[in-house]
Amino acid sequence: MITRWPLAEVQNEMSRLQSEMNRLLSREGNGIVSTVRSYPPMNLWEDGDSYLVEAEIPGMELDEIEIFVDGGDQLTVMGERKSPEIETGAWHRQERGFGNFKRTITLPSNVDSERVAGVLKNGVLTVFLPKPEAVKPRKIKVKAH
Amino acid sequence: MPTKLMNQDQQKQEQPTDALRGEMTRDVPTFVPRVDILEKDDEIVLFADLPGADKQNLDIHFEDRQLTIHGKVEPRHAEMNFIGGEYGIGDFYRTFAIGETIDVDKIFAEIKNGVLKLHLPKTGAAKPRKIAVTAG
Repeated sequence: MITRWPLAEVQNEMSRLQSEMNRLLSREGNGIVSTVRSYPPMNLWEDGDSYLVEAEIPGMELDEIEIFVDGGDQLTVMGERKSPEIETGAWHRQERGFGNFKRTITLPSNVDSERVAGVLKNGVLTVFLPKPEAVKPRKIKVKAH
Repeated sequence: MPTKLMNQDQQKQEQPTDALRGEMTRDVPTFVPRVDILEKDDEIVLFADLPGADKQNLDIHFEDRQLTIHGKVEPRHAEMNFIGGEYGIGDFYRTFAIGETIDVDKIFAEIKNGVLKLHLPKTGAAKPRKIAVTAG
């Protein structure tokens, strides 16, 4: 007797497995103990007026994070994530990282470094970087002859 | 060395497949949070990095020795153009099997700056007991 696997079911299971793997691997690069990647990871958005850089830095206060812009378009975020006070006991898992970090990224264009502002909420740092007038998109008036 | 955030390949926008979507109750990407777990004499303490989650959108369940942490995180900055980046934004979800006997009524959780600290007190029976040895 020949047993045939219902193909759809196998494919479904495979794709579930695949997406599960992607899910596990996609967030932190290589799963649990990756230390090579740059910290903190950052995302970048923009609109006509400004750039917005976001970084996930859980467990810190805003005054423990230094944010500055050099050379018009170099954004640096630095600080130290301190490990929690040592408590006695047995560690079953230690996946979170601690220590000094410094990250510099190049923005797509210059920003008005005087007006850069940072907000920290629920461990997410948001840095607002207004564009100088020169790089803002301008509406060009088209004259009819 | 400055790095650019322009690489679209690094963008980690999850596209859940139909199969995965069937398991989720929300149509958002879901990530596994990093945790530290410390076992002390009288309790187990779990720390989890849940950036973007706060107490209003955090569900913690403990049932049949199964601990489930679900932080719901909504998309951010939808009104702006996403240029590129290195992490996805979505829910945090993770389950643990806890071998110790936990005093469920005394479980308590605190969250600050995106870090969850969860206290799971052991019941009296599970606490290590000092056995008195008497000399015969």
